[in-house]
Amino acid sequence: MSAPPQEVTGTVTRAEVEDLLFLEAELLDNWDLDTWLTLYTEDAHYVIPATDTHDGDPAADLVLIDDDRLRMTARVERLNSRKAHREYPHSNLRHLVSNVRVGAVDGSSDDPEFPVRANFVVYRARNGKDVSFVGSYEYRLVQRDGQLRIRSKRVMLDMTSLRPANDVAIIL
Amino acid sequence: MTLLNDPPSGLITGTGSRLVAEEPERFRVHRDAMTSPAVLTEEQRRIFDHNWLYVGHESEIENPGDYVRRQVGGRPLFMVRGAKSNQVNVFHNSCTHRGAVVCRRDQGNAKVFQCFYHAWTFDSEGKLSGVPDREAYGNLDWEGLGLKRVARVASYRGFVFCCYDPDVVELETYLADAKDYLDLVVDAAPAGMEILRGTNEYGIDANWKLLVENSIDGYHAVSTHDTYFKYLVALGTDVSGGVDGVGRSLGNGHAVIDYRAPWGRPIAKWEPLFGDAARVEIDRLRAELTERFGEARARWMCEHNRNLLVYPNLIINDIQAVTVRTFMPVAVDRMIVTAWELAPRNEEPDVRQRRLDSFLTFLGPGGFATPDDVEALESCQQGFASGGVEWNDISRGMARPPAANDEAQMRAFWRRWRDDMDRDDLRSMP
Ligand code: FES
Ligand SMILES: [Fe+2]
Repeated sequence: MSAPPQEVTGTVTRAEVEDLLFLEAELLDNWDLDTWLTLYTEDAHYVIPATDTHDGDPAADLVLIDDDRLRMTARVERLNSRKAHREYPHSNLRHLVSNVRVGAVDGSSDDPEFPVRANFVVYRARNGKDVSFVGSYEYRLVQRDGQLRIRSKRVMLDMTSLRPANDVAIIL
Repeated sequence: MTLLNDPPSGLITGTGSRLVAEEPERFRVHRDAMTSPAVLTEEQRRIFDHNWLYVGHESEIENPGDYVRRQVGGRPLFMVRGAKSNQVNVFHNSCTHRGAVVCRRDQGNAKVFQCFYHAWTFDSEGKLSGVPDREAYGNLDWEGLGLKRVARVASYRGFVFCCYDPDVVELETYLADAKDYLDLVVDAAPAGMEILRGTNEYGIDANWKLLVENSIDGYHAVSTHDTYFKYLVALGTDVSGGVDGVGRSLGNGHAVIDYRAPWGRPIAKWEPLFGDAARVEIDRLRAELTERFGEARARWMCEHNRNLLVYPNLIINDIQAVTVRTFMPVAVDRMIVTAWELAPRNEEPDVRQRRLDSFLTFLGPGGFATPDDVEALESCQQGFASGGVEWNDISRGMARPPAANDEAQMRAFWRRWRDDMDRDDLRSMP
């Protein structure tokens, strides 16, 4: 028998969450991807399911992006390299984040997790073409060394296909 | 433009030969082939109305009543497994009453398909089974008002094709030597192959034929995909061997590049990035295929990558993972692309995970390679607009036995395209 489950406690305010999400948006818009990575935990995941399967499971289904920390780092190196031809020169990006909702704390008692939902629009302008991505974010946030950090981010696209935006070479 | 001064109703006879110029060691394609709206109009008629086109895979409609909705050759269709016949039916997705789309979801299971407009009802075999206020019609032609089947439907080893031309040759004749390459994919999975959930539906602002070329282009890999190779190296892959193989024509415009490459293959070539847990399973798969097919064929199946074009617009690349990709022009400078992942049933989870990783990092529109292909194709299309240069050069390898990084496989496509565009006996199909 394991010990009776301990109540998971911990609090975070919406203002603290918004500070983190807005900082992330700013770093992505500024293409400061090395700093962007520091907002994520070592065991982080960044996932975008396919547009026709919002419940897509990266262990069984085809998804658009399924990055662990290693692949996030590779993605950042690629985008910084000038050889990611789709993003060199970089797009002008604007991440707009709104409708932030903080759910009830869960996870384990020694590592509480805060589920967060938010809506987004990301504008991408490049080479005379402007496209937008619309959808919602599902985050799981944790405290690391007194800082709020991102353990997972799942990006649910509202578009019924990726076609209006062509591809997703940028970070959403 | 210089070559095309006809009224938009049609091209003059011999358009294909005017746009594809072949000499002993020189093969050129006129850029009007990628930029002329008149060419696009005629491609719809001469190519997409008369060749076998890919609809879907039988695994997508396993049970009676299962259906998927598709755009094939620019036309809305749906494919459904008939409840009575258990056969694959492919219907024009338009009500025989006054036209509304009958199947309005991308996939699902249904006993009947009811048109919402006036509630005519069809069963999964296409039979008209219900008409409100039927007395108003007297003798309604129930037989004749069933859903309209596409003129020809056939399946080869799970891949379902259709053709709008009732007089087209049999599918197996059409596929010619491409059949051998489909066999290699299917034979490697004793329990059969299935399409996984999740579809890549993306777009490219370029002429559709540029993706034909790109999908079977070994020449661009090292230059365009530097960041992908760096990623492989970071994960422990030895890329020093490079890409080594051949390009060949398979008849009727089908073509392949068949080569060895540094990356691992879930069937069945182990690489360090697969991890030790997967090694045992990959060795077992290899041994099993050797047992079933002999050493030489097993080596072909396990070690060779095969980028296959089935003319005109189906790509089945059996590489780090298997993609089934089709694409259609929506304008002379824009195509829509749909790609699925094909995988063996009951695959061991460690190997399946590597397969999924490989697909999305290399083949996916959010990966480390495909966005750069999108950029390359759009860049070519933008370059065409500059004018001045009239011809693309596709001669690489004409002076030697063609390697995988030559262009013989593209010439196979263009020769068939030329012949289709030259024909003046091809009518629009209803
Ligand atoms: S259009 Fe379908 S029932 Fe009238
Ligand atoms: Fe490529």
